[in-house]
Amino acid sequence: MKDNAIPPPRRPGKILAVAWLILFLPACVLATRHTVCTACPLSGIQKAVETAAAGDTIIIREGVYKERGITVKKRLCLIGEGEAVIDGQGQGEILSVFAPGSEVRGLAFRNVGVSYTEDPAAIRLVRCEGCLVADNVLENTFFGIYLQQSEGCTVRGNRIVGRAKEEASSGNAIHIWKGERILVEGNYVSGHRDGIYFEFVDDSEIRGNTSEGNLRYGLHFMFSNRDVYEDNTFRDNGAGVAVMFSRQIRMLGNTFDHNWGGASYGILLKEISDGEMAYNTFRENTRGIYAEGANRLHIHHNEFVENGWALDVKGNCLDNRFEYNNFIANTFELTTNSRHNLNTYSNNYWGNYRGADLDRDGIGDVPYRPASLHALIIGKVPAASILLHSFFMEALDYAERIFPSLIPEQLVDEKPLMKPARHDTD
Amino acid sequence: MKKIISFVAGDILRNRTVLAYTAVLLLFSLGLFSLEPRPEKALLSLMNIVLVFVPLASIVFSTIHYYNSAEFMELVLAQPVARSRVLLVEFAGIALALVLAFLVGVGLPVLWHGAGTKGILLVLGGVMATVVFVALAFLGAVTFRDKAQGIGFALILWFFFALVFDALLLLVLYNFSEYPLERAVLVLTMLNPIDIARMMIITRMDAAALMGHSGAVFREFLAGAWGWVVAWLALLAWGAAPLAVAVRIFNRKDL
Repeated sequence: MKDNAIPPPRRPGKILAVAWLILFLPACVLATRHTVCTACPLSGIQKAVETAAAGDTIIIREGVYKERGITVKKRLCLIGEGEAVIDGQGQGEILSVFAPGSEVRGLAFRNVGVSYTEDPAAIRLVRCEGCLVADNVLENTFFGIYLQQSEGCTVRGNRIVGRAKEEASSGNAIHIWKGERILVEGNYVSGHRDGIYFEFVDDSEIRGNTSEGNLRYGLHFMFSNRDVYEDNTFRDNGAGVAVMFSRQIRMLGNTFDHNWGGASYGILLKEISDGEMAYNTFRENTRGIYAEGANRLHIHHNEFVENGWALDVKGNCLDNRFEYNNFIANTFELTTNSRHNLNTYSNNYWGNYRGADLDRDGIGDVPYRPASLHALIIGKVPAASILLHSFFMEALDYAERIFPSLIPEQLVDEKPLMKPARHDTD
Repeated sequence: MKKIISFVAGDILRNRTVLAYTAVLLLFSLGLFSLEPRPEKALLSLMNIVLVFVPLASIVFSTIHYYNSAEFMELVLAQPVARSRVLLVEFAGIALALVLAFLVGVGLPVLWHGAGTKGILLVLGGVMATVVFVALAFLGAVTFRDKAQGIGFALILWFFFALVFDALLLLVLYNFSEYPLERAVLVLTMLNPIDIARMMIITRMDAAALMGHSGAVFREFLAGAWGWVVAWLALLAWGAAPLAVAVRIFNRKDL
């Protein structure tokens, strides 16, 4: 299974996106301009799109435009001035772009229709290369921004707020299906099924976004390789974040906050391998990390604060390394469903560690077994959660840590830190 | 009546053991709050102490005090007063003194550190635990004439409720794990005053791990008005029933 020949993750997405920007930005600034406003000779956006030649810019002035099904088949820049609102009136899609190098900026989109066969979106990019969707405000959308088979596109600074009520009848805020080198940056997404959805998207970046209050996942990631997501905040989403069936993903500096509920977790790692997860903060999640079939991940310098279970690492995870993580005030630090341990834990700070450090080298003298017997029992018999924090259970947990018989004996941190790791120096 | 209660309570409050008990509780509470920067975590550790140490201290102290004041009670009984009244007065005196000690030792530090509703719940739980275990002590003390036997019985009761009961509960849970046990477990929990108090505090405090799974059922019940009333009634019953039985035995007993 081990495949050491895989190269380290590359990050060409940003560079290419910037290259595209440089290539096309002047075009938008220097091109022939057409102005659309409610009182102008050109009062419709579709009309303006038809009139314009490839490479032209269309400025859309303040006003409400009740249009839908706007189709762009040549390279155009659509730029909103003031509060330019395109109202789809709850029927079908609003804007579809089929032309590489196009831009959609500073517009407001409202009231996308709902259709389960067509998945209408406010903005759809199809087979676009180097397109830019920036600084738009989307309200009451089914799907917000939908990219399919596109490369080198940038989705930046958009605000997408839906009114999803139930999972089965709602769409995703930013939905990317098949793509490469996509940059999703600084967006705010909420009130959809999934905040950001990636399927078959390689070499891409998700940076500085906030995704909250979505019904299912804040970020949903499948069959996507060599991607980076960094400095995002995922808060109060139905289930949290799911990263599945992907390889070489780097997850850095994200905040997973208050994903709370029966089946919620900060992040679900399912069938993912060879990734890195560092400098993230997990706060008040029912489960911090829920790992199933996660292999060869390097998980280091993360903060786990006040979660129910900080780590739930199933028995089918192997060769993961947990280092320099801080576990503070979690009810349970670790649980698993296996008698064996195939991962390594070292140099972590465990809040429940009770050992001493007589030689004062900052490392506890006695190894620490973070797996809690009670958590293990709850995994088997859920009703046993009634014994939480009882004197009996705590005594049993303590005894089990010293003489393990039910918790995996090899699941041990040989070098538990005495003080929380400092993420900038350790 | 009031005179005797105040006499008994005043006598106990001047007792060195009770003063030491207050001091130890105070030390625990202040120590935990100053060592642990997170009040929630401190409350949790404090809860463990309150629900283990307070019942133990209450039941052992009350038992010993009952035996030591047997002569005093005989003296009072020589006056024209009802027997049950004398026992109830003795109970009220001890319970009052220990509750006061608890309020000073734990209640004040908790309020001082502004622990909010969770803290108030913890204090209420501790007060109820004190009263219940004083009542249980009286039950043992009136049953056994021999002091050593009485103290032994008190220790066994404490051991049972603090440890053995939960072990048995776990055994039941394990053996019937194929069945939906949540409701049955809630009923079983009502059989242990310590567990009732713990669940009342926990369901509002450390919800993270309890959520999901069965926790939702427990929470729904214990955090709801109906479950709240039931839990309090059960705790009150745990105080009243042993006391009633003790009075009955005391009334018929040949002193």
